[in-house]
Amino acid sequence: MNLFFQQIINGLTLGSIYGLVALGLTLVYGILHIPNFAHGALYMVGAFMSYFFMTDLGMHYWIAMAGSAAVVAVLAILCERLVFHPLRNSPPIHDKIAAIGILLFLEAVVQMFWGSDFRRLSSPFTGIMNFDGLIIPEQRLLIIVGAFALVIALQLFLRKTMTGATIIAMAQSREGAFLVGIDANRVAMMTFAISGVLAAVAASLYAPINLVYPAMGHLVIMKAFVIIILGGMGSIPGAIAGGMIIGFAEAFGGFYISTAYKDIIAFGLLVLILSVRPQGLFAKGAH
Amino acid sequence: MLFKLGSLLMKPGAKMALLAFALVFPFLAANEYQVYVMASAFVWAIAVYGLNIITGYCGQLNLAHGGFFAIGAYTLGLLTADAGWSFWPAFVAALVMTAVLGFFVGIVSLRLKEHYFAIFTLCVGFIIYLLIDKWEELTHGPIGVRDIAAPSGFGLVDFTETTPFYYLVLAFLVFSIWFMGRLSRSLLGRTFIAIRNGDELAQSLGINLMRNKVLAFVLSTTYAGLAGALYAGMVRFIGPEEANINHTFDMITYLLVGGIGTLTGPLLGTVGIVWITQSLQFLEEYRMIIFGPLLVILVIFFPRGITGQFLTWMHHKAQSLAPGKKQKASKVQTASAREAENNA
Repeated sequence: MNLFFQQIINGLTLGSIYGLVALGLTLVYGILHIPNFAHGALYMVGAFMSYFFMTDLGMHYWIAMAGSAAVVAVLAILCERLVFHPLRNSPPIHDKIAAIGILLFLEAVVQMFWGSDFRRLSSPFTGIMNFDGLIIPEQRLLIIVGAFALVIALQLFLRKTMTGATIIAMAQSREGAFLVGIDANRVAMMTFAISGVLAAVAASLYAPINLVYPAMGHLVIMKAFVIIILGGMGSIPGAIAGGMIIGFAEAFGGFYISTAYKDIIAFGLLVLILSVRPQGLFAKGAH
Repeated sequence: MLFKLGSLLMKPGAKMALLAFALVFPFLAANEYQVYVMASAFVWAIAVYGLNIITGYCGQLNLAHGGFFAIGAYTLGLLTADAGWSFWPAFVAALVMTAVLGFFVGIVSLRLKEHYFAIFTLCVGFIIYLLIDKWEELTHGPIGVRDIAAPSGFGLVDFTETTPFYYLVLAFLVFSIWFMGRLSRSLLGRTFIAIRNGDELAQSLGINLMRNKVLAFVLSTTYAGLAGALYAGMVRFIGPEEANINHTFDMITYLLVGGIGTLTGPLLGTVGIVWITQSLQFLEEYRMIIFGPLLVILVIFFPRGITGQFLTWMHHKAQSLAPGKKQKASKVQTASAREAENNA
């Protein structure tokens, strides 16, 4: 029973991280219809920025996370301005290739400064909480609580504020948004900034129980893509639900089936689902 | 006449000069290592030609291409090293293997469009990598495959030497380009281009989308398998890293620099970048600091790569040379020149 409970905690932790990364990806897709392959690189840069602020500048964990979120947000805005904006009228294949270019560039830059070694980010939350024999490491609890808080904050921002409403409007209908005078550039930059913040926070939360290295974004971004396909590209609830599905599938699959193949589970699931339903699980109508 | 100017690179003379250069290259090279580098550039070029079929002509960004390259390499490697086959039967088996797997991946993945297809193939590429890395009973996992047979020369040639192997690769490359040229001028090649230019329009012309896309996909994976098998025969030692997604990204860079959807582009891009990387050895690890932004700049400013840009430039020059023509005639020429670019 205890082991089963551990897997639930693992699933929730993984699901929270995947959900946050997928949320950023799905927001960008909803607005600009770009599958941003560079999103995993933003996630990786977020982890390295937190690492840099904490180990080299001696900042506190929370301040480092905020600093990293700010840096990655600016980086994401730069990507939008310098790369995706000039490509807005190009064939879709160009966006994808440009995103791959950004990904390769960011990885090479990080590798130049920090090398390809594996590093560990230390967190002040190293304790273990014990609820009547049910053991939860503090960092995992922090991830779950942090992710939920962030998702709720994002929802409130999108639903209750005017600026948030412009993002929703743009995702629903580009032309409609233009008609009521919404500034497309501003919305695009804001969406990229939000996706950058989500990626940086997810990376900073997850790094203490994982490792920090230049290729750390690869698996995460691919799983995030699997998630947004499952959840319907551009759908926010879909990203969260999909994140949890993949998180739990991995936690339980890794424990009960095979640890070596646990990374294949997400992709196998995707292949299986797309073979049966090419439009994804929750998507309304085919793309 | 303008048509001919616009497609200078298609001229038999230019082609013959390139071929002659490739034939005498081993005698011009300063050392054996340079021949080896050129041979490996040719191997990659063959794979890039495959990517050009599905991505350049048919317009579907296939991110599993490096995975199929690795499948070709592993099929040959495992059959010769573990099952004791000799090179040529294993070589044919590698081609058949990649074609068959390409068919099955194709019929599933090509039901998806654009982004979905790219993401799906990205995942397929990763599954291939993970399987090679984890399925230790079959692939030896991270240890890799050693003692892969070199191509047997039937007692006439020794392909373990660099120079004979170079000519073997060159022969396959020439065949690949020739086949590609035939393909791009055939009805089938035009069908692929029609699909790239517009799914629905192509369908309304009576083109069977699924059948043609799967055919393009199988052709491209077979090219990847051919390159992979040659690669395994050349380096004789392979590991899971052959399936690394970075190989696919490298090939996309080669294709884009050379000119996507052109006939000479994959060759120019691959050989050019391989040599630039070689001459900047110290950059090996950090080359992406240059090539990453290069990719972005290319798709923004020169989406057609070296070859495409050159052809456009030649075409403009040709147009300015003949200002007195009737407008109608120049329109026809524009159309035909564009077609030449498509096919070049």
